[in-house]
Amino acid sequence: MSENMLEVTNLCISFGGLRAVDGLNMKIRKGQLYGLIGPNGAGKTTVFNMLTGVYKPTSGKIMLDGENITGKPSIAINRAGIARTFQNIRLFKNMSVLDNVKAGLHNHMKYTTIEGILRLPRYFKEEKRATEKAMELLKVFELDGEAQQLAANLPYGKQRKLEIARALATDPKLLLLDEPAAGMNPNETEELMQTIHFVRDSFKMTILLIEHDMKLVSGICEELTVLNFGQELAQGETSAVLNDPKVITAYLGE
Amino acid sequence: MKKLNISKTSRSNFITYGMVIVLAALMMILDGAGVLSSSMRGFLVPMCIYIIMAVSLNLVVGILGELSLGHAGFMCIGAYTSAVFSKCMVDTITFAPLRFTIAILIGAACAAVFGVLIGIPVLRLKGDYLAIVTLAFGEIIKNICNVINLGVDSAGMHISFDKASDLNLAEDGQIIIKGSQGISGTPKDSTFLVGVILVMITLVVILNLINSRTGRAIMSIRDNRIAAQSIGIDVTKYKLMVFTISAAFAGAAGALYAHNYATLTATGDKFNYNASIMILVYVVLGGIGNIRGSIIATIILYILPEKLRFLKDYRMLVYAIVLILVMLYNWSPKMQEYREVLRLKLKAKFGKLNKEESIT
Repeated sequence: MSENMLEVTNLCISFGGLRAVDGLNMKIRKGQLYGLIGPNGAGKTTVFNMLTGVYKPTSGKIMLDGENITGKPSIAINRAGIARTFQNIRLFKNMSVLDNVKAGLHNHMKYTTIEGILRLPRYFKEEKRATEKAMELLKVFELDGEAQQLAANLPYGKQRKLEIARALATDPKLLLLDEPAAGMNPNETEELMQTIHFVRDSFKMTILLIEHDMKLVSGICEELTVLNFGQELAQGETSAVLNDPKVITAYLGE
Repeated sequence: MKKLNISKTSRSNFITYGMVIVLAALMMILDGAGVLSSSMRGFLVPMCIYIIMAVSLNLVVGILGELSLGHAGFMCIGAYTSAVFSKCMVDTITFAPLRFTIAILIGAACAAVFGVLIGIPVLRLKGDYLAIVTLAFGEIIKNICNVINLGVDSAGMHISFDKASDLNLAEDGQIIIKGSQGISGTPKDSTFLVGVILVMITLVVILNLINSRTGRAIMSIRDNRIAAQSIGIDVTKYKLMVFTISAAFAGAAGALYAHNYATLTATGDKFNYNASIMILVYVVLGGIGNIRGSIIATIILYILPEKLRFLKDYRMLVYAIVLILVMLYNWSPKMQEYREVLRLKLKAKFGKLNKEESIT
């Protein structure tokens, strides 16, 4: 077991002639809150898509807790221990809040389809256990009151929280948050920062997040990587990186 | 009472089961009392057949969220394979219930195999494209069944796609499928009771499936495929599973159909896309994803055209208008608003009753 949860070496992807991500190196220690920032179109979400198997990297290597997961399909990567949220929220809108989280527990429920159809004892036992676990998770995000509501009917901020709860239900080692504060007002962002901290501490989670909100980034990230046009612009401790003249130029222009 | 232990969904399921049982019992009593007209009696088995079809199609359309227009094709496979079996075995297995049970299982199994075969290439397609391929599949099956000749003699099976005389059967040979004239002389094993039992099996399997881990996985694929993959749900496996289960039930319905009439042919509009679309109409009007709705819609819409016979030439016109009105009633925002107001009014009136309900 290495001390790094995630090690990305020389990661590249090209779409036709476009090098969307070019030679990214990143090391995230266990339990770290790591930020991936950069101007629009820098390739941040593309990195996430490669980490979660949506895209296959053209070259490079991704190691999760000592296991090579480069180019594996999404399902295998989730089972290996990466869960994510999405920039544009992707909830199961026509399912209840509780069922969204229980869907996340899918691979942790040990009964077969046949047992489910025949309603054998294991079905009831496992469903009960899953419901309890899901309610626990919902309580963490203060969503337990809305458990029976349709996910689509939740207000925006709570939908973001539900997505995190669903990702955590898969029991990951590494949680990827894609712009968790997008579209939130300052109060909600403040609350979200506390939630992320809480998740890291109570679940002993390693978290990698993409964010535009500098307040959130400087508030909670311990280390940062800055991407610009698919290339690494700067890397290191948050305060140092944010004061780097190269980074300021990339964000604000000359 | 143990009311508190029962979740909302299982209570809703039991209402559905109860509704079917009560309706079936009512029909049997009426039938026993001799009140039913002969035409109504003739509707009983087909009604069961189309309820099974609608419920199993709803699994694909409503729960998986994919549009399939070839459902009657699976029914056709089930009908033909089970009829061939019954006709071959009519002298070997004389105990009718056993023979019929095996026939239904064979019909379901063959349809399921085709469900897998069509499922594998089709899984790459979505939406309209999937609809077109399934529609084509249904037509292909129907047309093959229309031209196939099958005979059995001491030398074994003979198949021809041209004329029955090409089979070159020996003296003791027997023609089983005779081209477009289909299969005649299938034992008439289908009864209303068998139909109701099959409907109940379909309901129990599909409703239990929906309310399990598997059902949640299927619905998560419907709601958001990428998110479903991101939480480790095997999209391919569950899509294929839904196609197979749905096809198997359509096959069982086909077996019921084949054993309800003296002759089985694939001509006319029993197995073509019209039939598939008619079943889709039941599903859509009953409410996509709503199993109980599918049952109610099937019953009403199956009887309606017959009850409208007195309108003569205007029959289908009125039928179409009714379809449009039901659609508006179910889905137009104004009507939904109106129904919500109505619901609140009723709630105010019977406030106590509803409060009790909301606890459970």
